[in-house]
Amino acid sequence: MAISEDEVKKVARLARLAVPEERLAAYTQSLSNILNLVDQLSAVDTTGVEPMAHPLDMVQRLREDVVTETDHRAQYQAVAPEVEKGLYLVPKVIE
Amino acid sequence: MSQADSIHTLSLKGIHDGVHTGKFSVMEATDAYLDRIERFNPELNAYITVTRDTAKTQAVDIDNRIRKGELTGAMAGVPYALKDLFCSEGVLTTCASNMLANFISPYDAHVAEKLKAAGGVLLGKNNMDEFAMGSSNETSAFGSVCNPWDVSKVPGGSSGGGAATIAARLAPMTLGTDTGGSIRQPASFCNITGIKPTYGRISRYGMIAFASSLDQCGPMAASAEDCALTLNIIAGLDGRDSTCMDLPVPDYTATLNGSLEGLRIGLPKEFFAEGLDAQVADVIDRAIKQFQAKGAIIKEVTLPNSHLAVPVYYVVAPAECSSNLSRFDGVRFGHRCENPKDLMDLYERSRWEGFGDEVKRRIMIGTYALSAGYYDAYYLKAQQVRRLIKQDFEAAFKDVDVIMGPSCPTTAFGIGEKKDDPISMYLEDLYTIPVSLAGLPGMTFPIGFAADGLPVGMQLVGNYFEEARMLNIAHQYQQWTDWHTQVPARFA
Repeated sequence: MAISEDEVKKVARLARLAVPEERLAAYTQSLSNILNLVDQLSAVDTTGVEPMAHPLDMVQRLREDVVTETDHRAQYQAVAPEVEKGLYLVPKVIE
Repeated sequence: MSQADSIHTLSLKGIHDGVHTGKFSVMEATDAYLDRIERFNPELNAYITVTRDTAKTQAVDIDNRIRKGELTGAMAGVPYALKDLFCSEGVLTTCASNMLANFISPYDAHVAEKLKAAGGVLLGKNNMDEFAMGSSNETSAFGSVCNPWDVSKVPGGSSGGGAATIAARLAPMTLGTDTGGSIRQPASFCNITGIKPTYGRISRYGMIAFASSLDQCGPMAASAEDCALTLNIIAGLDGRDSTCMDLPVPDYTATLNGSLEGLRIGLPKEFFAEGLDAQVADVIDRAIKQFQAKGAIIKEVTLPNSHLAVPVYYVVAPAECSSNLSRFDGVRFGHRCENPKDLMDLYERSRWEGFGDEVKRRIMIGTYALSAGYYDAYYLKAQQVRRLIKQDFEAAFKDVDVIMGPSCPTTAFGIGEKKDDPISMYLEDLYTIPVSLAGLPGMTFPIGFAADGLPVGMQLVGNYFEEARMLNIAHQYQQWTDWHTQVPARFA
């Protein structure tokens, strides 16, 4: 299935990727090629087949209800692009 | 030849014995590898980071602890490398991406912690395809890696730097990861041994995620025995990965010498059909006959849905990747664009600038497949076909103990040859992807050279959690043959 340039723009917005206008045609082409490859699946009869989300049949393991996390704020914020007083900074959201 | 000139020819056990009997020190072993990295890495580009200083500090400490008898285990004093997607505390961890070009990890991955505690010495971080997305190591933001057997060829991917590292003996062992074949395909292209254990065998904590229902870490080394020793250390339960299985870890070295008499080997007819290069097929046939001569029983099996594995994978893996990689937002860590005009601009430009084209293609495919109106047609459908592929393997394992076949349809291809054609690159993994989708353990071991002079690997697939049997089979093969000890003349 081919995807249109408009759809690529929409998907790029959802994925938070700023595709420049001059790259749009190339991306549209390569994404269409991948979707063509994937389209073989539509011909497969999967009536009654349970979707497989995970390779192993397992249940979620529960841990003891005790505190395991210690405070790593300073250490983790040391690799952040911009922090102030223990907070991550981003451009102003509310005027 | 002085002692230091031959350390790189030793197995993990050889290095362990050497440092424990005082033949050479951990520092001498470490220096021997650091010198080789300095000499050969510029032409191979197999390492992104060499941790020379910390390696030397660790070597001094481990030498002391071995002398005092505090460290005796199989990895004590053994140098190793890590694919650059395992977080290593205080060390640059880039995932071969501009997104993480300056990311110094604040903590260790579970497997890095294990190897550190066992007394291993970290030599550095191996090059790879960006975020492990690729089959040639050409999507790395830090440049392509050359195949030591022919520097005009790719080493495979995504663990291409690791495979080249082992092939050129720039480390005796490294850890790779395999989502759709990223350990097995480069192992085949580079004449090394690598195993992707069963999904859930090893904790993924601190391993930068690509596709969480597929990603699994595994050792890459010269021999099956070296992989077994490593797996002993890294396998097992870790509460920080909720998909890590709580099953006992056997001693993988204890069963290496088991007999192969009566072993039932299944050959999937779909893996020997059109598309398999004739010279690769010849090498595979020869190895199968060797197993037969040692008492194995060869049977044909069928995996009728395996041709659908690549399409399923290119829905499931991008869908999971689009979700996993949403964490790279330019806020908490990683690349941030200059002068964002608002929050949306910050997200969109940081991500556009930080990721390479292949990663962005996959994020967009995944976002599309999961978006409203397309979910049933793509993601749900792919999950259903994924079950059909798993059921094919379950049926095959009723008749045979293991499955064998090629790891890849061809030997290593040329650098640049498939770079601009993602689809032809994707189809490289047609024999490894079905195994990943089923969550089964798969490995590659060297079985000789094709007419073009390049290495060929055998893919060996076991039933769930039967890594010990697989390592036994590969080890036995390595007792009759010496392919796994062969190194390109330039790196001997």
